[in-house]
Formats: sequence, structure tokens, C-alpha cells
Amino acid sequence: MEMLHADGIRKTFGNLEVLRGVSLTANKGDVISLIGGSGSGKSTFLRCLNCLEHPTGGEIRVDGDAIAFRPDGHGNMEPASKTQMRRIRARLAMVFQSFNLWSHMTLLENVIEAPVHVLGVDRKQAVDEGLRLLQRVGLYDKRNTYPAFLSGGQQQRGAIARALAVQPLAMLFDEPTSALDPELVGEVLKVIRELAEEGRTMILVTHEMSFARDVSNQVLFLHGGLVEDAGPPAEVFGNPKSERLARFLGSFH
Amino acid sequence: MIWSPSSGSIELLTAGGWGSAMLVGLARSLTIALGAFALGLVIGIAGALGKLSGGAVARQALDLYTTVVRSVPELVLILIVYFAGADLINGILTALGQAKIDFNGAIAGIVVLGVVQGAYSTEVIRGAILSVPLGQIEAAQAFGMSSWLTLRRITLPAMLPFALPGLSNLWLIAMKDTALLAVLGFGELTQVTRQAAGTTKAYFTFFFAAGCMYLLATMVSNLLSRRLEAWATKGVAHV
Repeated sequence: MEMLHADGIRKTFGNLEVLRGVSLTANKGDVISLIGGSGSGKSTFLRCLNCLEHPTGGEIRVDGDAIAFRPDGHGNMEPASKTQMRRIRARLAMVFQSFNLWSHMTLLENVIEAPVHVLGVDRKQAVDEGLRLLQRVGLYDKRNTYPAFLSGGQQQRGAIARALAVQPLAMLFDEPTSALDPELVGEVLKVIRELAEEGRTMILVTHEMSFARDVSNQVLFLHGGLVEDAGPPAEVFGNPKSERLARFLGSFH
Repeated sequence: MIWSPSSGSIELLTAGGWGSAMLVGLARSLTIALGAFALGLVIGIAGALGKLSGGAVARQALDLYTTVVRSVPELVLILIVYFAGADLINGILTALGQAKIDFNGAIAGIVVLGVVQGAYSTEVIRGAILSVPLGQIEAAQAFGMSSWLTLRRITLPAMLPFALPGLSNLWLIAMKDTALLAVLGFGELTQVTRQAAGTTKAYFTFFFAAGCMYLLATMVSNLLSRRLEAWATKGVAHV
């Protein structure tokens, strides 16, 4: 069952063409990793999927719901209906490189914020679910702590709990371990791995090659705003068709 | 007149009703200050948002407003807003064939000082909003919050720790600026004090007492603003 489909996504910043037509289809339970060098457009592509960046061209469909676009007056497209965009965003949970937990809220308050105020879930029910999710990512004891008093790994696990709380159709991870100290990467990857194993639909921008190889069922290698190579991880990592990909993978050894 | 801490000074304050008149003046000063501060906050939030995300016309108009208000002496501004404002409104009313209105002192004071406070609030709040990490606002959008919900739930509470020191300062200024309204005769503390002193010739006693009242009000304010700051910064890690 198709959860997320993006077709021919293009994005230009001024004269710079960052994306030159990138497509992707995520079916339920797919874990798709986007890899590539810096400037390859992988983060921009991810941010186009929930329109944090306005794409210049292309089509996006979430759970069969095609996003209606109109020109935004700056050469790009903006969602034509804010209501539709909010509805879609609320179910495409994003996990950011720099966590972006809300600093004036405790961890639990962060987790129940979107369910209560965006989805209209009953507060008590949201709290019960929030506590269960915090338990799950190993942060139950920290439920009343403010983000500034948590380690990066804890903040990111909290951000994952916040993302899970909206019962997402698909989760978007934007380099979730890139801002972490090396010794904290493992605890976050462990949580993401568990989510992959329970059949969550996830799209993951990452520099963790061995992790991408382990958890994904599809890998896209982006270069210069295009998908240069794509396929199951065993194929992409074991037998890279493009020379650039081979060189890129070689730089990790 | 030389002040001596004799029972005479106390008597002057308690007898003749001047002391209670001053307390009424103080209450009036505080009411006007509170109203002006609140109006300033509303103008400040709107002004900051206009400066940060409004159109070119709104931004220029707001720039003009904050520049003018912050460069013209407050006493002059107060006189301008009060007299010119009253003329303008009554002019419009007359043109519309309506009866002129007599401006209620307290309301006029609040509007006049509020317009001044608003310019400073705009800058304090604009700076505070800019201090909120963009990622937190982006996260709000990514979770499907509308602009209004983002403002109410994320931007405003998150900017509070950055805005409170400046806003506490503005509150103290609002309180003291009410004294400038004495020239217009709003019956606030300074004006009452001047009457009392002029009538009794005990200048030092009354102005000293008025000074003490302002000081006391400031001290209580500081106590409250410290509590408020402690509450608002509970999410901020202290180094």
C-alpha cells in the first residue's frame, strides 16, 4: 500500500538547481535511506516532502492525498490549501538533525503538544500515550525534564517519541545522528532500528552507511540533484553501478 | 524650608487628608501604568510581528513609528499625542456631526503612555523572537500547526525568557513616566504631591513621601518580576 509518493521533485534556489527531478515511492513498511555527499540535495528533498521547502516542480501524494500546489510568487510552488497541508504535515512526523524540541516545554509536554493542539486528542489520553512512548524510548524518568537539561541522545529520542505521538503515516528523519557525539549515536540508532523492525514507513537521510545497509529495504544515492543509483541495499552497497557511488562509499572506509 | 524628622511631618501627612490623597494618586498612577504597559505589550507584539513578517509598507510604517517615538522626548510626545490626538478625534467627530467627547483622564493617560511604551516593546519583543531558534518554529510547522497556533503555543512562550528582562525594565519606566502626566493634570501621584506641597509649603516632606512610594512600588515590582523570570526560564539551562 502506497503511503508516500513524490514524482519529479525539482527545487531551485535562485540560479542554483538543487533538485532536478527526484522521485520516490514509499509503500507501507518501507524504510528508504537517502545517501549522498553534502550538497547532493538529499535533505532538501526530504524537506520538500512536507513542504518545509517549497518545491519548484513535481508532485507529492501522501496516503492517496495529492498536495494541491499554486505558484508562491518566488518561482516555486506553495500548498494551495493550508488546511490540507496542515492535515498532511500532522501525519508526516519529522525528526530533525538538531532535535528542535520546544525549549519551554517538558519532554512530556513536547510529546503531547501536537496530539492535543493539532489533532484534537483528549489530553488525558494523550498523556497516557505520551508516557507509554517515553517509556518505550527509555525516557520515562525524564518526562518532566526540560530539553536543555538532556543530552543530545536523550533529546533526539524524545524527538522520536514526539514524532510517534501523532501516529504518523510516514516518518521523515533528517540526519538524525549527525549532531550527536559519537558515543550517543548508538542509542538513537537502536530506537530507529526498532521502529524499522516493527514495520514503520520511514524515509531517512543519513550518513550512517552500515546502518542504512542494515535497516533499509531501499537506498537512493543522490548526486547533483538526481537519483544516481537506487535499489535494495545489498545491491547498492555491494555492487554499485555508478562510479561516483563507488567512490562515495569508498570514502567511508 | 529645612526638613526635620519631627512629628510635624507625620502629622502633615496624616492630618488634612493629604496622605490619603497621595495614596489615591498612587493608585491612579499604578492604574495608568498598568494600562499603558498592557497596551504597549499588545502594540509591541503586533509591531514585532509586523516588523518580522509584515509587508514592505507595514515594515516602513513601523520603523517610522519606533524611530519617532524613541527619538522625541517623552514629555513632548505626551503633549503631542494628548493635544493633537484629542483635536484629531474631536475634529473627526465634528466632521461627522457628532458631539465632541471629553477625554477621561485615566484612559487618555493610558493611550498616551501606551503609544510610547509600544515603540519600546516592539523592539524588545522583536529581539526576543529573533532569539528563538528557528528550528523550534520549523518543528511547529512540520507538525501541522497553523501560524496562529505556532505563535500562541511556541513563539510567544519561547521568546518570553529573552523578553522579560527588557519588559520588566519597561514596566518600571511606565510607572515613572506617569509622573510626566502631571503636566496634564491627571490626578496621579506627582500632581497630587505638588498640590499638597504647594498648599502646605512642606515640599520636602511630600516629595520625600512620594519618592518613597515610587521606590516601594519599584521594589515590589522587582520582586514580582524576579519570580516571573524564574518561572519563564525554567527551561533554560543555567551555566
